[in-house]
Amino acid sequence: MSTNEQPALLEVRGLTKTFTATPALSEVDFTLYPGEVHAVLGENGAGKSTLIKVITGVYKRDAGTIRLNGKLIEPRSPGHAQELGISAVYQEINLIPTLSVAENLYVGRQPRFLGMVSMQLMNKKARKLLKTFNIDIDVTRDLSSYSIAIQQIVAIVRGVDLSAKILILDEPTSSLDRHEVETLFSVIRSLEEHGIGILLITHFLDQVYEISDRITVLRNGRKVGEHLTKELPRAKLISEMLGREFTETLGKRSNQITNGDSKHDTFLDIKGFAKRGMIEPFDLEIKKGEIVGLAGLLGSGRTEMGHLVFGINRSEKGEAFVESKKVKISSPRKAIRYGFGLCPEDRKVEGLIADLTIRENIILALQAKLGWYRHIPYKRQEQYADEMIEALHIVTTDAEKPVRELSGGNQQKVILARWLVSNPELLILDEPTRGIDIGAHAEIINIIKRLAKEGKALMVISSELAEVVDYSDRVVVLRDRKKLTELTGDEISEDAIMQAIAEK
Amino acid sequence: MVEMEKQVLTPVNENKPQKATNFKWRNIFRGDNRALWTILALIIILLVDRMVSPTFFTVRMINGRLTGSLINTLDGAAPIMLLSIGMTLVIATKGVDLSVGAVMAICAAVSAVLINRHEAGSDNILYYPGFVIAIAILVGALCGLWNGVLVALFDIQPIIATLILMVAGRGIAQMITDGQSPTYTDETLAFMGQGTILGMPFPVYVAAIALVVVYLLVRRTALGLLIESVGINAKASHYTGVNATVIKLFVYIISGICAAIAGLIVAGENTYADPHTAGMWSELDAIVAVVIGGTLLSGGRFSLVLSAMGALIIQSLRIGLYISDLHPNANLVVKAIVILLVLLLQSKEFKQAVGRLFKPVLKLRAVFK
Repeated sequence: MSTNEQPALLEVRGLTKTFTATPALSEVDFTLYPGEVHAVLGENGAGKSTLIKVITGVYKRDAGTIRLNGKLIEPRSPGHAQELGISAVYQEINLIPTLSVAENLYVGRQPRFLGMVSMQLMNKKARKLLKTFNIDIDVTRDLSSYSIAIQQIVAIVRGVDLSAKILILDEPTSSLDRHEVETLFSVIRSLEEHGIGILLITHFLDQVYEISDRITVLRNGRKVGEHLTKELPRAKLISEMLGREFTETLGKRSNQITNGDSKHDTFLDIKGFAKRGMIEPFDLEIKKGEIVGLAGLLGSGRTEMGHLVFGINRSEKGEAFVESKKVKISSPRKAIRYGFGLCPEDRKVEGLIADLTIRENIILALQAKLGWYRHIPYKRQEQYADEMIEALHIVTTDAEKPVRELSGGNQQKVILARWLVSNPELLILDEPTRGIDIGAHAEIINIIKRLAKEGKALMVISSELAEVVDYSDRVVVLRDRKKLTELTGDEISEDAIMQAIAEK
Repeated sequence: MVEMEKQVLTPVNENKPQKATNFKWRNIFRGDNRALWTILALIIILLVDRMVSPTFFTVRMINGRLTGSLINTLDGAAPIMLLSIGMTLVIATKGVDLSVGAVMAICAAVSAVLINRHEAGSDNILYYPGFVIAIAILVGALCGLWNGVLVALFDIQPIIATLILMVAGRGIAQMITDGQSPTYTDETLAFMGQGTILGMPFPVYVAAIALVVVYLLVRRTALGLLIESVGINAKASHYTGVNATVIKLFVYIISGICAAIAGLIVAGENTYADPHTAGMWSELDAIVAVVIGGTLLSGGRFSLVLSAMGALIIQSLRIGLYISDLHPNANLVVKAIVILLVLLLQSKEFKQAVGRLFKPVLKLRAVFK
């Protein structure tokens, strides 16, 4: 454990980085002491990855200073940063899977004996190096034959052995199971003892409290707080990350249906869906005309839950019932046949067919559902497109424009329109309002409410708490890939959600 | 179906003026202004051909058969055009079919071997010319299915998946013919390559009919849209419920069928099937024709008409080189250069670069105004 009396290892002051007029970081300070684990936390777009990319020389900063051991440094590239003593290990491991563990540790600097690369010497050194971290594995085997955790540890050990003073770990545990996390943490602890400073980025709050000594919270590119972990209550951390005061009561609940109302039949009933490494077993029931909000921090399993329900990933266990009939949701096609629709989180990659026209994008889901031989006549297609452009206020000159030319909000509406035309019974919306302007934002929320009124079942994933509180009849709270609880009716408030996330 | 089409949010706005027509010329030439450059390239090459050979456009009727360089161009372009039709669909899904040349050889071999049995006096109805043609086409479809299964079900990269049949195909063809190049005399099969209707070579009709049939098949159903959708964004298409497996199987089967018909034409022209040379390199001609036609190798928007035009460009270039006084050794290089020029004409970056080059001239003109 470090104290402030020690000289700082890394001192970042007033760091600013702007991308095409939008600041990604503004005047961020960050201090790392030797022998500590310093967690940097924040939601999507908070500036975490920009911060580490500036520190490792991927991006050039616009303003601010970086000091390493009191000396000003100018990292020009990740390679240069490594020479200076700053190593980063990313989620995707930058090693060569088909080389042996020893070769990966020493690639580019193989030990030589009489001028020749000596495999024996290399393997011996590799074994010894890993022993210092209590890792005992066969270093001659291919790296790919080991688990992700071991691969990650090899990457870390390589980074440290390249004379690293500072180690940056970006989401190191996101694809590890609990046992593997333990192994990784024991390595991190022994690094601490060696006086190495560790900057940790992760979404798992339990792990933050388990391993870190200090926490810096970023939000919208600004530093909102720096605390010693043991002095920071979870609730305060979460309110800092989400930018809401706990006492604040924002958003009034507008449309509600009461539990047990006979008018509202259950549309979807899921019992014990789960997938290893994605989400722990959960039950979920959605009634017709009900809006179920999914709340939780980034990486809490919100999106994964949506993917399992929509069949993008197959659930390993559990059962699903659509209107009391047992169904097998094995693919999106199946899910669509049962009347589901999904507006994905990543519009560009998972939603839009960018080169197709607005009209074609709008009729695509319905056409796919009908099959290729039951062609929707062009007249009908144009009608659908025109109706949707009008109903959802899609701003465009005509329906024959490629959809990529639209703004984010309008693109989102096109994807919504695609599902509305195919008339689903259950619509899963993953971050429907992310990255769109305020006007479109309000419109999309209105559409959500209107659809519920028409009797559709809705499942809405959002990191905007106020929004979730506003439209949800029920809120499912998730943390660390686990469904924690459900809030209904009057229980729903931002406070209650944050409390639920914070609870141990 | 009626229920599915039920409106969700608002009723149809009845006051809205209906658009007069759905027909748009640009729908024929999918691929935007590339159409213009492809047509322009074809016209220029034909004009150059005319300069090289003053009789290029002269068409005469000799013994009930139209003759002339222009007719030869159309006749010779037919097999490439057939291949490029199938290839366009495959490339639109972000794939490629390298096996079409080999499939031509297989189908030519099958037809020659089977018809030989008929000629040897076998009464088996399967060896009758009509059946032989049908069987050869079926074999082509099976070859396509094989490629499609590798790509769509086993998720092997198209270039590798079809390379397997490209390499193995000629071997298979040799096994079918027992290493020989069987000749035949059957008139029906010969008609596939040599026949004429109203003076026009039969292959021209075959290519034209194939173009129309496939065009209607993909544009009058939703296939075209679904093919483009899979080619542009496979993940989003999957999330939208598009059945990419069926789409991919379909395009490779169509490509196989097109190759089979092209193989029958080439065999019919010579009335023999040479497993070594039939369709040699024609997969590359087909790919170039598709690319000239403006369909990107990265998949997505495609135009069958423009691909067919690409095939015409390749063939008129080849004929032009034949009739020119150019040394035959230079032919391949000239062909490559012309194809490069056509592709540069379509390249936005290239046109911008040329535009920048002329900027000073334009500025000067502005000064003098």
